[in-house]
Amino acid sequence: MLTMTAETSGKILCVRLTGELDHYYSEQVKEFVESEMEANQTQHLIWNLEQLSFMDSSGLGVVLGRYRQVNEMGGSVTVCGLNTQVKRLFQLSGLFKIMYFEKTEQDALRRLEGSSCKMS
Amino acid sequence: MQNVMNLSFNALGENEAFARVAVASFAAKLNPTMDDLAELKTAVSEAVTNAIIHGYDSNPAGIVYITASIDDGEIDVVVRDEGKGIHNIDQAKEPLFTTKPEMERAGMGFTIMEHFTDLLEIESSTSSGTVVRFKKRLADKRVRCV
Repeated sequence: MLTMTAETSGKILCVRLTGELDHYYSEQVKEFVESEMEANQTQHLIWNLEQLSFMDSSGLGVVLGRYRQVNEMGGSVTVCGLNTQVKRLFQLSGLFKIMYFEKTEQDALRRLEGSSCKMS
Repeated sequence: MQNVMNLSFNALGENEAFARVAVASFAAKLNPTMDDLAELKTAVSEAVTNAIIHGYDSNPAGIVYITASIDDGEIDVVVRDEGKGIHNIDQAKEPLFTTKPEMERAGMGFTIMEHFTDLLEIESSTSSGTVVRFKKRLADKRVRCV
């Protein structure tokens, strides 16, 4: 079972996933996040995975796919709230090298909003 | 004594969660750590996903077979399909290699299985399908003083 919600703050989109993300749910997550990104003209994407109890490589594929989209627009991706199992998947796949990682969503927002203030 | 269980189910994505939870429940009697159990579930999920989307090209008529056996604190899991097989196993095992980039596959399935289990064996033929077998020690690994 997987449920997802999204919240925007300016050009920042925060996606929160609850439950288990595998191949069965990956297409739904992709469509949901893509439509939210388009509707909100997202520049920076935050994945809040605090309530995600399980993920496999299908989840990595979705996260990487959205990274490519956001990166093309000059934005960034931040992942936060990883449990031990999900964290190891990110380590194995090397995604730590191309994305930001924060402990909490608030930490991610603080960094992104801080940097956008500096830019303006 | 060896304890064996068998499962077979249609190649449907919705059965992936069932498969990993069933194997994890079977393994629970070995009193594994939460981390070991999470790794076992991930390895099962990867093998079953491969059977569904690669072996059977997401055709739900295909059947995925799982045999799990427990012996002396170790679980041995065999995930088998009768699908199209893997053309080049060495290439398939390379991190980030995928034959289905259009499906946003990360190409990390075998890498994850190798890291999350103690032994991984893959046999495949384009005529009979693929057999993925992995072993994982789950029982209390600490040395006991008596």
